[in-house]
Amino acid sequence: MFLSDKKIEELELKANDIRKSIIEMLLEAGSGHTAGPLGMADIFTLFYFHILKHDVNNPAWEERDRLVLSNGHICPVLYATMAYAGYFPIEELKTLRKFGTRLQGHPHREYLSYVETSSGPLGLGLSQAVGMALADRISKKDTERFIYCFMSDGEHDEGNTWEAIMFAGKNKLRNLIAIVDRNNIQIDGFTEDIMPLEPLPDKWRAFNWHVIEVGGHDFMALNEAISEAQAIYEKPTVIIAHTIPGKGVKEFERDYKWHGKPPNKEEAKIALDELRTLGGKIKSEHQ
Amino acid sequence: MLNPQLKLNAKIFNQDSEQAPIRKGFGQGLLLAGEQDPNVVALCADLTESTQMIFFKERFPERFVEVGVAEQNLVTIASGMAAMGKIPFCSSYAMFSPGRNWEQIRTTIAYNDRPVKIVGSHAGVSVGADGGTHQALEDIALMRVMPNMDVLSPCDSIEARKATLAIVKTGKPAYLRLAREKTPIITTEETPFTLGKAEIYWIPDVGLAQVGIIVTGGLMYRALLAAKELEAESPVGIKTKVMNLSSIKPIDVEAIVALARECRAIVTVEEHQIIGGMGSAVAEVLAQNFPVPMEFVGIKDKFGQSGTPDELIEHYGMGKNSIKEAVQKVLSRKI
Repeated sequence: MFLSDKKIEELELKANDIRKSIIEMLLEAGSGHTAGPLGMADIFTLFYFHILKHDVNNPAWEERDRLVLSNGHICPVLYATMAYAGYFPIEELKTLRKFGTRLQGHPHREYLSYVETSSGPLGLGLSQAVGMALADRISKKDTERFIYCFMSDGEHDEGNTWEAIMFAGKNKLRNLIAIVDRNNIQIDGFTEDIMPLEPLPDKWRAFNWHVIEVGGHDFMALNEAISEAQAIYEKPTVIIAHTIPGKGVKEFERDYKWHGKPPNKEEAKIALDELRTLGGKIKSEHQ
Repeated sequence: MLNPQLKLNAKIFNQDSEQAPIRKGFGQGLLLAGEQDPNVVALCADLTESTQMIFFKERFPERFVEVGVAEQNLVTIASGMAAMGKIPFCSSYAMFSPGRNWEQIRTTIAYNDRPVKIVGSHAGVSVGADGGTHQALEDIALMRVMPNMDVLSPCDSIEARKATLAIVKTGKPAYLRLAREKTPIITTEETPFTLGKAEIYWIPDVGLAQVGIIVTGGLMYRALLAAKELEAESPVGIKTKVMNLSSIKPIDVEAIVALARECRAIVTVEEHQIIGGMGSAVAEVLAQNFPVPMEFVGIKDKFGQSGTPDELIEHYGMGKNSIKEAVQKVLSRKI
């Protein structure tokens, strides 16, 4: 879908707002993951404000695209993006991880029916997306909508992920598009130290997927990659998106220590100040 | 005598009484379900013939999914299909599904409350020669502990067919436990089956029962033989009632409590670990409502091994004589 320069500017500002909300909600919650949500903010923004066929006023719309979030721990970015898209009030983001909230620590459909599946335990999302794509093929709806699966690089350690990759390749699920958040970190360290994944694109290719590698913060390139994936007819496509964990806050970027912890008050202030100026691109109101 | 109201197989105690594997009833039921509801799909993990999905596959190839030897993928793909309106049946050996993929079932099926039907074939030591790795003795415990999950363990092939058709319509997850070997046909087409309802298959010729025997799955025939022999013993026989508890969850609290009130002593019989199994479920009900002495016939915290089904059932203390001994023991403990 055509993406204008003006639209890209809008998306950048929207992603920045979403990053601010992520910092605020994690500070309020006192626990949760920081690096992944910040790193995926651009991709979530592009999807909810440009790519996805969805209807905020009719979330259960049968014809909607399906977006399965496999690595449920990055749900702050999902919740924040959904709030900005209008699914629920932005104020509600502050209830993240609190008793009685719809915004569970990891997404649970029983509490928030707008998410396509409950997730958190790793390696389970892609095979559910595979099941959705297969069901649509059987129902002859596979040309009407796409099934997207957002997944992490760390969850390639799980055997279930490869079972799903193998199955989708065998069945040529053209309506399935996986987006891998290739941020190179997992809880215990860098992916290539914990359990090396490279050559990751070759591995997917060997399982008969169409593979696209792209920068995960470049809206234009991401948009083109998605258009290409949608046009591939014979294979499922994986978009390996190279993202910077902690993106938008210099102090957090590329440091695996930010994988699984929230910012404290001082760290949040630094982060919000930086995000408020878009990393120095715009002057803050106090300068 | 066999409860005449339930129209059970009158020839059951004859030498030439008909036998069939419980899993066969599932295969027939799935085929019928496929004919009745176009949303029914079937997924298998490289065991299409032995789990009896073969009939469905031949009739509805476009609705059959071969997943390969990948049980974690089996149930998670099924969850995704259920999200799009399908009613998936997933079959493998019970040892591998739900044995290997328990957390996948919990997170993607039970936690999402999706109507996926997990079919665990080859449960119990009666798998026989394959040995302990292939004999699921923990699956009832694994599945009944899971919120949203119904658990069914039919007593014969005909009941397995009815149970298969019943779980299609529930709109929620279910676990169906099946056995491999041929076992006697106990019920008939006319025998009532309602999910969540227990039935009394054996009643005393006259008077009240002294012991209630609650059975699930393929040991029903042995329990009926035990009840028959106990009643015929001289000089004074022991009168029992035998209940078929094929719905382990939801569990028929009312019927179990009524049986305990009448008999004041209960024996449970299952081809499963005593820890966490059907007997434990019955004990949970009685401890909270009407505690009575109980004895448990089942596997006593051990793994299985190779052998014939009969050898193994005898060796692990689940045969007719073990059931009779348990009845006598619980009778001696009655207050």
